Amino acid sequence: MSSVTPIAPTPVAPVVVRGHSRRRRINRLGWNLLGLCVFAVMVFPVYWMVATAFKTGPNIFSYSPKWFPIPATLANFGDAIHRDYFWRNVGNSLIVVGVVVTFSLVLAFLAALALAKFRFYGRKAFIVVIIAVQMVPLNALIIPLYITLSRADQVNKLSGVIITYMTFVLPFTIWTLRGFILGVPRELEEAAMVDGTTRFGAFVRILLPLVAPGLVATSIFAFIQAWNEYIIAYVLLSSPEKQTLTVWLASFTTNRGTEWGPLMAGATLTALPVVVFFLLVQRRIAFGLTAGAVRG
Amino acid sequence: MPEGATAVAVAESDFSLASRRRPRWSRHRIAGATAPYALLAPAAVVIGAVLGYPLYLIARLSFEKYGLFELIRHKGTWIGLDNYTEIIHDSQFWRVLLRTVAFTVVNVSLTMVLGTAIALLLVRLGLFMRYLLTGALVFVWATPVVVAVDVWRWMVDPQFGIANWALTKLHIGDFVRHDWFVNPWSGFAVITALVVWGAIPFVAITVFAGLSQVPEELIEAAQIDGARSRNVFREVTLPLLKPIFVILTSLSIIWDFQVFNQIWIMLDQRPSTDYFTMSVYSFVESFRISEYGLGSAIAVVMVLIMLAVTFVYVRQMVKAGEVH
Repeated sequence: MSSVTPIAPTPVAPVVVRGHSRRRRINRLGWNLLGLCVFAVMVFPVYWMVATAFKTGPNIFSYSPKWFPIPATLANFGDAIHRDYFWRNVGNSLIVVGVVVTFSLVLAFLAALALAKFRFYGRKAFIVVIIAVQMVPLNALIIPLYITLSRADQVNKLSGVIITYMTFVLPFTIWTLRGFILGVPRELEEAAMVDGTTRFGAFVRILLPLVAPGLVATSIFAFIQAWNEYIIAYVLLSSPEKQTLTVWLASFTTNRGTEWGPLMAGATLTALPVVVFFLLVQRRIAFGLTAGAVRG
Repeated sequence: MPEGATAVAVAESDFSLASRRRPRWSRHRIAGATAPYALLAPAAVVIGAVLGYPLYLIARLSFEKYGLFELIRHKGTWIGLDNYTEIIHDSQFWRVLLRTVAFTVVNVSLTMVLGTAIALLLVRLGLFMRYLLTGALVFVWATPVVVAVDVWRWMVDPQFGIANWALTKLHIGDFVRHDWFVNPWSGFAVITALVVWGAIPFVAITVFAGLSQVPEELIEAAQIDGARSRNVFREVTLPLLKPIFVILTSLSIIWDFQVFNQIWIMLDQRPSTDYFTMSVYSFVESFRISEYGLGSAIAVVMVLIMLAVTFVYVRQMVKAGEVH
């Protein structure tokens, strides 16, 4: 701003600003009102889920909707968590997600180091593969994955699901981690070595701590992706005690209809860890996804 | 591979200057040359196993008859291009393809236009309102798709859904016990609303971040030169944000073209043929009718379309990767 203002004739500027300022304030008010409307539209479905989860039965099944969950009740949550297999399915989700994130993070970190720190023959080809495979729809891959796993007798087992989740978690994790490692200036490590640290020391004391937030962010995002996955778990896990939470949500809808109260409570519980984690890392990852565009 | 070796190898490459002075093939040099491959190997093996092999298998399956019998026998029967000729001569396939393309175009356009509009709105908001709206966007973004579908299913429930009640109250029509999914047009309208609602936050927040990186000097210079705000947007802001728009549009196309969960769960896991998109069609052929060969052929067509459409995106990402 400072580089431009001097060019504008100074005597005129204040007058123009004052003339604009009232119209501006009215404009600002208009924009804020519009913003409030957009806010209401966007947030309403989320609000409606949580509100329904806390409502009593008669208030849910009422022909004129009740806007607020008064009187509030925890009955729906109680119903949801005391349902068959809820805790088993929470456990399944945690096992699958935990193993997938751990494995892919270790593999991806090594691969990302190679891509970020070395120039070698085949590097570009690998990058092309990593990006291109992320374009392949999961729905297309589920057919061969199912057939392969059924040959290996891995259908209806968590191990089969864990292996298949690598298809979408690993390429994404490699790509994101590579970005984070590139974000650490090379000079820092070099400076540490000039100051007498060993190469290993520079890696442990400089690179690792600086990449650590990136590692955390990436693992959380991998967690979210695996936690939210539905199709693979739906196809591979047929018995109720083996299923994950996203598949479990379907059990609220039967031939007799849907139990909306408990379903909304279950949905809230399923979304909760994701939302919490997401709020922690959203800033880092949002820019990671489009980093190429901004830099290019 | 032991951590220590990794670290040494990493440091090695950083000090290429030192090694350039002695261009002999010392043990360190060889370690430095093989290190990247050693680091890459585990991930490459896993990717080959969980992505490479399935991709090969789906291509092969699309040339085979692979039904229940073959599934039990663990072996398909080679039938050449029969699966492909069958889907090409199937009018259902063309309808589904057309429907998927139309669905993608509508959803991507709506997402991009509304997302950009909200980003431009965010710039004009007061600080408090901006935080409030950003917070809402992040919440929507964080909502798992499966959860979102259930919530929307509840909102359009024929009997107790709030949508029917509100539309009736607003005298838009008589929506008492109106089932949105009897007519596929209104059914797809609901699904579009759900998809666009879920996709807007990513676009809006990313474009907003891009907008805040546009140098203010450029905009002010244009204003001083007498450009109107609409022209400033078109001539200054848009060109600068073009790379972001390319990526966002490509990602939206990728996501919307393969929409599955929203349709599948919204319609109680048994959508009628009117609701088939490519991914639903291929899924039903495979896992409901057990024609895995035919389902694979449809999936292969889907993958090829996907790769062709996103070629620009892949190229841009690779180029960005090459800058470093």
